Amino acid sequence: MCRFKTGARKLMASEKARLVSLEEGLFAGFLVLLTFACLIVAGKTHDGVMSFHALIGAVAAGAGVFIIFNNYFNSENAAPVLQEIDGKPNYNMGPVKFGTVASMVWGIAGFTVGLIIALQLAFPALNFDLPWTSFGRLRPLHTSAVIFAFGGNVLLATSMYVVQRTCRVRMPGSVLPWFVILGYNVFIVIAGTGYLLGATQGKEYAEPEWYADLWLTIVWVAYLLLFLGTIWKRKEPHIYVANWFYLAFIVTIAVLHITNNLTIPVSVFGMKSYIVWSGVQDAMVQWWYGHNAVGFFLTAGFLAIMYYFVPKRAERPVYSYRLSIVHFWALIFIYIWAGPHHLHYTALPQWASTLGATFSIILWMPSWGGMINGLMTLSGAWDKLRTDPVLRMMVVSVAFYGMSTFEGPLMSVRAVNSLSHYTDWTIGHVHSGALGWVGYISFGAIYCLVPWLWNKKSLYSLKLVNWHFWVSTLGIVLYITAMWVSGIMQGLMWRAYDSLGFLEYSFIETVEAMFPFYVIRALGGGLFLLGALIMAYNLWMTVRAGEPAEAAAPAPGVLAAAE
Amino acid sequence: MNESYTAVAGFAQTWGLIYFVVIFAIVVAYVLWPKNRKQFDDAAQIPFRED
Amino acid sequence: MSLWTKHQVFEKNSFALLIGILIMVSIGGLVEIAPLFYLKSTIEETEGVRPYTPLELAGRNIYVREGCYLCHSQMIRPMRDELERYGHFSLAAESMYDHPFQWGSKRTGPDLARVGGKYSDDWHVEHLRDPRLVVPASVMPGYPFLAETALDTYGIADHLKVNALVGVPYTDEQIAEAGRDMLGQANPDTDASDAFKERYPTALVRDFDGNPKAVTEMDALVAYLQMLGTLVDFSIYDDKANLR
Repeated sequence: MCRFKTGARKLMASEKARLVSLEEGLFAGFLVLLTFACLIVAGKTHDGVMSFHALIGAVAAGAGVFIIFNNYFNSENAAPVLQEIDGKPNYNMGPVKFGTVASMVWGIAGFTVGLIIALQLAFPALNFDLPWTSFGRLRPLHTSAVIFAFGGNVLLATSMYVVQRTCRVRMPGSVLPWFVILGYNVFIVIAGTGYLLGATQGKEYAEPEWYADLWLTIVWVAYLLLFLGTIWKRKEPHIYVANWFYLAFIVTIAVLHITNNLTIPVSVFGMKSYIVWSGVQDAMVQWWYGHNAVGFFLTAGFLAIMYYFVPKRAERPVYSYRLSIVHFWALIFIYIWAGPHHLHYTALPQWASTLGATFSIILWMPSWGGMINGLMTLSGAWDKLRTDPVLRMMVVSVAFYGMSTFEGPLMSVRAVNSLSHYTDWTIGHVHSGALGWVGYISFGAIYCLVPWLWNKKSLYSLKLVNWHFWVSTLGIVLYITAMWVSGIMQGLMWRAYDSLGFLEYSFIETVEAMFPFYVIRALGGGLFLLGALIMAYNLWMTVRAGEPAEAAAPAPGVLAAAE
Repeated sequence: MNESYTAVAGFAQTWGLIYFVVIFAIVVAYVLWPKNRKQFDDAAQIPFRED
Repeated sequence: MSLWTKHQVFEKNSFALLIGILIMVSIGGLVEIAPLFYLKSTIEETEGVRPYTPLELAGRNIYVREGCYLCHSQMIRPMRDELERYGHFSLAAESMYDHPFQWGSKRTGPDLARVGGKYSDDWHVEHLRDPRLVVPASVMPGYPFLAETALDTYGIADHLKVNALVGVPYTDEQIAEAGRDMLGQANPDTDASDAFKERYPTALVRDFDGNPKAVTEMDALVAYLQMLGTLVDFSIYDDKANLR
């Protein structure tokens, strides 16, 4: 792909007038075909959801074709995009900006849906007894919105930023990076609207139906090529460790996604499909996928963020680069085994769940190795935590990472799991990782990125960052503690016996006992959302009214100027 | 069928274990080797080496 | 030239990294997943487990569509309190025709693996329509629209066909007659229901939603709920025969 591009560019340089590049031609051709395919499906399908999604697909693909040609005709006489300006790489930051904005928008949407479903559990009337507002359809919307829409856009944006910066080279292609970021967001729209309309595979965190999965696979391969293509072009001999983590995230998610979504559609004109795996094997594949979605999407990808943004913000190199190498290989090798600890005491053979638990406990070591590496990067600069709330947010996120990766192995122990499984303890554990680790490291990275990308001297207000930090920290603490109490309490109530040896509580009594904790949890979630809104305002003001950075060059960021 | 499983499992539980312990030792030796130190210290500076 | 060769080395390095990652992440998955397909002890030898009838399959698809699995598990663990609360622990064999599995991971509501036969059809219909009418403290959403939505019978034979393709032992006759069987199961005392009974001798034939005028999504869902966990007769099942 790269080589074709180079060929095309040479051609352009020699003839001056710009031809449609091979890349543009291929993408336009593909999207034209896709538009027609979608229109045919929309016309022939029996079910309404499929026709709606096919129309979205047709509109999106058609818009893609329009953008490609519009861009071509507008820049007809313009020179081809330069790889370097004045000997400095001409970084391609447009898609990064898009991903950053998209992550904030999706994040706020996802947190809001989370708050709604939290309230539904306390006040069930809020389900309104309508199909598209009931808990069962909104929960996948919440999980996907925060993991794949918010987290995914953060990962796409930061990976495109970091790989260009640390390779000191512009990303390959002109259409490709936009195809990746826009294509991914089209997937999000199709997945999200699908949940509301009842299109789901019924596998947690892998709910999108077959056509959405297929589309994501195409986008993901393009993403892998884009990332590798940047590495192949690099000016920096060494591949920086953050890129290793990004690469592991991209490759492994591809493997997981394809294996866990091997479905056969009932008809190409219908949304419903059946997975090839069944029963116990499907359970194993699902949780191998599910836990590694945590391991490689929510951990490896965000560790990459840690390895770039924490040193950058602290203005000192990572504590031990050597530890990071051991951390990397140990983490990816061990994480992949941990899945079956989700299936203790189930019909899965015990050898499998025990193996999963054993590796989960071993996993504690590399996890804490990474945490120590992140935290100790601050050594000698701890005073910065007092003055820089962005850095504080990232450091607290690493601390939450340490806490969740301690709690996780603990919960994978058979005896503990027998109590915690099926209860809110799991929900609390997930959120200490999701809100504390993933949320905070993402917020930290975005707070760094926005001034860099929009060429501003600094954020609009550090005071507001401080407010964001404290409001959302209070929210997280309320959330986690409420879930700990309710989870452990429910687990104990289920197994409580009275003096005559009968079960002491009926199931509904344990549901009733959850009420106060569900209210506290919703309050915590509401505070977290409030924090994100403060952040969005702060970023908006930074872009609109922030003081421009001193350096006249378009790409360099604040820190480069400070050096 | 089950015998081949037992054989594979037995192999994995002995030689597999040794194999990974050795690989781990090699990785640790590689990163701690004094000669490689400069290279890693250099790599750690990459985020700051931007134009 | 020298720059070119150097560049190639870098390419090789990123490939080496890529291959290294692939190898490292493949091992764990292969070791844990592959044996489940050929170790005979993974799925118990049982009698009675049969494929879902077309109506039950449609009901199961509604169960999946509404995200019931997000609050209800279908996996009873072998612990004293669960055995007393829900019944015999779940066998792998009981979900061997489940595409996808619906074991769940959270019990906001109770486990449903053996809910079949525990409550009457009327109870289920009332409860699904307005849960708090039957269980005042319930936090479950109401699903009144199920009883008002006619069941979509379009292409049900194709659904069975795809299930057969992925390993569910439907006969050609069951596939061919799927449409008729789907209505037959919910319309007792008709020719269709007699033919249905011959193809699925152990299945229930009832007007599940209490509305003889139409076969609704409520019929399908209740038919599915009422058969859950009832296929294996545990009065004659030998636990020790399948000790693993």
